[in-house]
Amino acid sequence: MKEHQDYILGVYDDEDVLVEAVGKVREAGVKIKEVFTPFPVHGLDTALGYKYSNLPVASFIYGATGTITALSTMIWMLGFDWPQDIGGKGHIALPDFIPITFEFTVLLAAHGMVLTFLIVSNLFPWNYAPKMFDARSTDDKFVMAIELDSNSKMTADAIRSVLRESGATEVNDFKDEAHK
Amino acid sequence: MQVTSSVRAPLVTGGKKAKDVTQDICRQVEGAPTRAWVVGMIISLITLGFGAFCLGSLWWEGLGLWGLNKTIGWSWDITNFVWWVGIGHAGTLISAILLLFRQKWRTSINRAAEAMTIFAVLCAATFILAHMGRPWLAHWALPLPNTYGSLWVNFNSALVWDVFAISTYLTVSLVFWYVGLIPDFATIRERAKGTRRFVYGMLSFGWTGSAKDWSRYEAVSLVLAGLSTPLVLSVHTIVSMDFATSIIPGWHTTIFPPYFVAGAIFSGFAMVLTLMLITRVVFKLEDYITIAHIESMNKIIVLTGSIVGVAYITEFFIAAYSGVPYEQYAFINRAFGPYWWAYASMMTCNVISPQLFWIKKVRTSIVWTFILSIIVNIGMWFERFVIICTSLHRDFIPSSWAMFYPTMYDVGVYLFTFGFFFTCFLLFAKYFPVINMAEVKAIIKSSSENKKSH
Repeated sequence: MKEHQDYILGVYDDEDVLVEAVGKVREAGVKIKEVFTPFPVHGLDTALGYKYSNLPVASFIYGATGTITALSTMIWMLGFDWPQDIGGKGHIALPDFIPITFEFTVLLAAHGMVLTFLIVSNLFPWNYAPKMFDARSTDDKFVMAIELDSNSKMTADAIRSVLRESGATEVNDFKDEAHK
Repeated sequence: MQVTSSVRAPLVTGGKKAKDVTQDICRQVEGAPTRAWVVGMIISLITLGFGAFCLGSLWWEGLGLWGLNKTIGWSWDITNFVWWVGIGHAGTLISAILLLFRQKWRTSINRAAEAMTIFAVLCAATFILAHMGRPWLAHWALPLPNTYGSLWVNFNSALVWDVFAISTYLTVSLVFWYVGLIPDFATIRERAKGTRRFVYGMLSFGWTGSAKDWSRYEAVSLVLAGLSTPLVLSVHTIVSMDFATSIIPGWHTTIFPPYFVAGAIFSGFAMVLTLMLITRVVFKLEDYITIAHIESMNKIIVLTGSIVGVAYITEFFIAAYSGVPYEQYAFINRAFGPYWWAYASMMTCNVISPQLFWIKKVRTSIVWTFILSIIVNIGMWFERFVIICTSLHRDFIPSSWAMFYPTMYDVGVYLFTFGFFFTCFLLFAKYFPVINMAEVKAIIKSSSENKKSH
């Protein structure tokens, strides 16, 4: 194995130039490892060919679990486990159960989705020092990272010229020493 | 690329670029605390200390320290609870409902408004725990297995609905707020060194800003906004049902849910304005929180204030029209009984004074906005006091009629929540980015003065 992984970074100044550049770079046959931006750029995920996240689907499943859990628990507790005679009214007073059913649905849908997001994106406090290609990508620059190993058909110089032509203001090299 | 009409007022002034946003917002996080901040903190901590003494005494001695009596079982405690929950509503409205409506002006104020929501809901929760008298038994409000049967909680009770509504609202708001903070903590982390870098690194959860993560982040924000919108409306609806499902004249009213929700947004926006007008001056954020922002919020205040005014008049009409003598008496007593001054304060502060915002000079004036924002919150406190206390104080039998006189402990617990709220808000304003940097950077190209032509 190599001691380190080599990357070429294209640095962009403008989000609209970046989105167009992603298309141009991919058309030239260069595989993009990832793009780092200081804020969400609309259309960047589709330009990179990412599918829309399945998190909303996950959220729906968590929410449905909440609905079923809350409703069945209340019906079981007040209807079967300990039925109470309150003014001769029915034990299973469905309209009364709606507020808690709704709140519990939202509770599970929201927390389930956020927890799933943190797990799939590996966002946890113990990752306090993540690998950053260029610190300026949390400030005002847009950084496109290209891994040399996954672009073995092209020379490094060819990739650099593709990046420059696509509108990158800087093209830098990056050696990932931690990589084994 | 987003297109914004050139007719629209710019949301960020002063020709700011993305780098300036980072600089301007990180400045107070990275700098030493200012003198104004330290003075504010000392005052808050003194208030908190006195309040903590009162709250501690209350828990030690019992609820007898409060001015409650046999007739008036709910007074300042529940008034303050509803007041604080209402204030909290503006934060969620700004971050969730305005996100769904694609109102870009929310980006400069949503972070601080959401922080306000969380602290306000915690203050509200304090009154629930105080009102319980025995807060160590607070878990009895939850359907937990127990040795009494199991005897479950009564799910038919609006008070149990409230337990679920408030706790869901608090935790979901907290998570929504924190997810938004993660990218901004990463920005601060990358600018920092040493221990500060470690602490903000932990807080940032190792965010790198990759396109994949942003894509998921956007999906999460949208769904959370979609979930929070009905949630925020449900919370004050359920709070209003604490009253509306009872049989007390003056409480037993079907218009309570929309009336309470409008009142909540009304008072919440007033509190956001009070806080933001101070924050923007102290932290020099005039380019981000502009007169256009203040005007937009004032328009929401005049709208919700008018809805509340219509609700007050409707209540009166319905009381007269119903032909129910108890209901009619409750309302006549409200306006002309011994608590007429509370009713008059409520009407003046909530219905008349916000109408001044129809005048453009008033709603674009910082001084006027600041004064009226405080008047609105005084009015909204009186509204809850009028609903709760004046409906109770003249019971069905005249021998049970009573007045409510607050003791030091009623005032003290209220001061406790003020101390707590401002301590939290000052800590937030100093150590957290008060404006959502990532979202402001995202709109800067389409909505700032230095728009580029394409």
